[in-house]
Amino acid sequence: MTIGIGHYLVVGAILFTLGVLGIFINRKNIIVILMSVELILLAVNINFVAFSIFMGDMVGQIFAMFVLTVAAGEAAIGLAILVIYFRNRGTIAVDDARQMRG
Amino acid sequence: MIQAIVFLPLLAFLVAGIGNRAIGNVAAKSVTTGALFVSAALSWVVFIGLIGGAPARDVVVAEWFSSGDLTVNWSLKVDMLTGVMLVVITSVSALVHLYSWGYMDEDPDQPRFFAYLSLFTFSMLMLVTADNLVQMFFGWEGVGLASYLLIGFWYKKPSASAAAIKAFVVNRVGDFGFMLGIFGLFMLFGTVDLDTILSAVPAAEGATFTFLGTSVDAITCLALLLFVGAMGKSAQVPLHTWLPDAMEGPTPVSALIHAATMVTAGVFLVCRMSPLFEASVTASTVVTYVGAFTALFAATVATTQTDIKRVIAYSTCSQLGFMFFAAGVGAYGAAMFHLFTHAFFKALLFLGAGSVIHAMHHEQDMRFYGGLRKAIPLTFAAMLIGTVAITGLNYTSGYFSKDAVLFAAWEQGSQAGRTAFFVGIFAATLTSFYSWRLIFLTFFQEPRWAQSEHIRHALHDAHGADTPSDEARTPAAQTHTAHAAAAADGRIEKQDGQTGQDGTGGYHPHESPLSMLVPLAVLSFGALFAGAIFNDLFVGGQTAFWAGTLVHDAAFFESLHHVPGLVYWAPAIVMAIGFVTAWRVYIRNPGSSERFKAQFHHLHAFLINKWYFDELYRLVFIRPAMWLGRAFWKRGDEGTIDRFGPDGLSAIVAGGSAVAGRLQTGLVYSYAFVMLLGVAAFIAWFMVG
Amino acid sequence: MIQAIVFYLFASVVVASALMVILARNPVHSVLWLILAFFNAAGLFLVIGAEFIAMILVIVYVGAVAVLFLFVVMMLDVDFTAMRSGFTRFLPFGLLLGLVLAIELILVGAVWVFGDLAVQARAAPVPGAGLSNTQAIGTILYTDYVFIFQMAGMILLTAMVGAIVLTLRHRPGVKRQSVAAQNARTPANAVSMENPAVGAGVDTGAGVKRVPDEGGVR
Repeated sequence: MTIGIGHYLVVGAILFTLGVLGIFINRKNIIVILMSVELILLAVNINFVAFSIFMGDMVGQIFAMFVLTVAAGEAAIGLAILVIYFRNRGTIAVDDARQMRG
Repeated sequence: MIQAIVFLPLLAFLVAGIGNRAIGNVAAKSVTTGALFVSAALSWVVFIGLIGGAPARDVVVAEWFSSGDLTVNWSLKVDMLTGVMLVVITSVSALVHLYSWGYMDEDPDQPRFFAYLSLFTFSMLMLVTADNLVQMFFGWEGVGLASYLLIGFWYKKPSASAAAIKAFVVNRVGDFGFMLGIFGLFMLFGTVDLDTILSAVPAAEGATFTFLGTSVDAITCLALLLFVGAMGKSAQVPLHTWLPDAMEGPTPVSALIHAATMVTAGVFLVCRMSPLFEASVTASTVVTYVGAFTALFAATVATTQTDIKRVIAYSTCSQLGFMFFAAGVGAYGAAMFHLFTHAFFKALLFLGAGSVIHAMHHEQDMRFYGGLRKAIPLTFAAMLIGTVAITGLNYTSGYFSKDAVLFAAWEQGSQAGRTAFFVGIFAATLTSFYSWRLIFLTFFQEPRWAQSEHIRHALHDAHGADTPSDEARTPAAQTHTAHAAAAADGRIEKQDGQTGQDGTGGYHPHESPLSMLVPLAVLSFGALFAGAIFNDLFVGGQTAFWAGTLVHDAAFFESLHHVPGLVYWAPAIVMAIGFVTAWRVYIRNPGSSERFKAQFHHLHAFLINKWYFDELYRLVFIRPAMWLGRAFWKRGDEGTIDRFGPDGLSAIVAGGSAVAGRLQTGLVYSYAFVMLLGVAAFIAWFMVG
Repeated sequence: MIQAIVFYLFASVVVASALMVILARNPVHSVLWLILAFFNAAGLFLVIGAEFIAMILVIVYVGAVAVLFLFVVMMLDVDFTAMRSGFTRFLPFGLLLGLVLAIELILVGAVWVFGDLAVQARAAPVPGAGLSNTQAIGTILYTDYVFIFQMAGMILLTAMVGAIVLTLRHRPGVKRQSVAAQNARTPANAVSMENPAVGAGVDTGAGVKRVPDEGGVR
């Protein structure tokens, strides 16, 4: 069958959902959260590119590039923060990060 | 002129009340006393003018309000009944003002006291000069207010505040009846104007209306309601409980309000509304019985009291009972006459008692008196005159008025009248007994001052400045400062060599200052001669004096001169019996009163506890009312209104925020979860909607 | 046909890898699964015809970001054996919610139909035939979207500075050179003339006035 835009959008949707689930289902460590964010951004990228190709509009790909850029920057900062956090706390277990408890 | 009489006290009140400490004691006292004396002088002028034949007038001062059919004015009626009350009120008030110069000399709040006295006088004058019921009610309430303020004058004393509240509340019960009466009168007659109502009464006889679900005779019902008001104000049983407690106020207050004027407002009301009472036999009978019963009740209680002021208070209550049963048998003139003379001798007795109290350094208990006639002879003379007047020694004023009352009761001939006569005779016996008991306990016998706390207090203030020559008796503290200075300026003399075995404790009472003695002298004159002078006018066989201001059957009064012999002499006989009994008990056999008390222990307890009325009221009214109030407070206000109102809201907010706080777990994934929830819901809403 | 097979291959591997990223116990494994996911996503892009993006994905995401993840995971030296492996009590409800979300998105996406105006609304239509994807991007990126391009650079600069600032530690005892301090030396605190006696040694600490130690040598 012809692979239409719908297929790509479905793939993006599943990846998005998996990324979101990864944020709050995991209890292991904070790095998984950061990786889940990357998954979400990946799903968004797939969406952008799919639309771009199927509509014939280059903007989607341009924007996907920028998403990439920002994701890289965000991953870097996120990891830097994680490193600092680990230096101070000695653990990256998610359950230990609950000082903002109300 | 009538405006001056009525409004000068008001002006004096405003000046002294607003000026208070700013204008100082002397200014306040002078303004008020001066205003009252002017008022008194003008009142006598008006009174004598009315006797001489001046016409009755109705002076409208201003319109109060006009609402639909009802128009009420501030107006001052001047007729004979008013004239009598005017002289009584202003004269006694002026003398009390003068007396207070000396009695309240050391009090820090004098301007307030004098202002209140003037306020009271003004209200009472408004009451008696009212030509419509609403203004009368204004005066009625005003005197109630002034009474509350004056009884509770020393408001820092809890017993005084409590007594003031008791007076006001019991008065309120009476006022409720009075108000209902006014409403009923307006309903029946369409107006509150007194002249109109009184002239319309004969026409309204037999009218009925529905009251408390049953159809009652209108005139009777209204008369009884008005009488309820009179009962409250004039301390008749069952609304009498406030009068003895009112003695917490300073003695001048007791003299003015609770002897001469406020308590007579009830009698005045009944007399003013005399056509109404004449039209209803039932109401008159009720008045007679209540008056007689009160006279008896108060006289029995007075025989046991040890506080000098309470004896005189119960005496007042009893004499008011006399006035009421006189009014009840239709002898309104006699009631007013007794009111007139009673004002003089009762004020004299109270002010004399005040003089004794002043001399005995505020000791009021007669058990610590005795042997004072040599120490304060002038006061003794005044009290003696007052006592002979009240017991009705022949040709004193009390003799004329009391005999008029008793003979009228007999002559009326109805069962109520005859009962009232016998009760009155017995009460007169008791009156004589307790009045002479007071004199003997206070002025005769041996001094018993040493055991009194007040005397000891006075003594050791004096000793603080003197050399300690009587250490055996004086308390240890020799170092009183300010009070001792005042005491040592010669007022309490100490004689060396006095061993104090005579019960005096070394204390020397001193006579009162001139400002207190002059009113005593004036009132003594009135107590002795007012009866003789005015007898024919008040209760004589002519109608010209009263001139229709109250119902006065001239022929009836003429017949009083012809009562049977035993009836004629009965008052004098019982007066003598009372005197002899008192003399035997207190002078001849001093211990017999104690033996009597021991033997008739229960009777004595019953009487000294005022027939247990206070306890009964506490059980029946006060405790349920407090229970109800507490229930409304705890369960109603706090339990319901607060619980569903502010407290409930704050509890909900606190509880809600506690619940909401549990959402703040501090964990990122739970926050993300909630976000996801929101996103999913949002998308779903978009898709569906 | 081939296209379909390739698409399904890549798609399934991406989804499976993503799943394993979440479920793997060892964080290093998680990163490796992430890398696999990226590769397959790049494959998807290739299939669809956006080869530039695909290559950029591989170079940047895999080559930089995932490697960075790996560095950090290994540097932190997390004891993965001691980590709690239990899932939260959210798990059933969370799964349900995730399922709901997925279904919603799939419902929207699977039946996507372009509207009539979509074609006219294109902001940057694909240039004419003959240009490769890279060239096509190039013609637009440095002309119409140059500002955004520069901003992206700024963002990266900021991120770099931020990361360095956050994590930089000055270790004590490490010697470094400070040129300014070196240039500020004067003969007075560098050289001293000694005149030792015969046979006696030189006391190096005596004559030289040493500048305090935050100067030349750290």
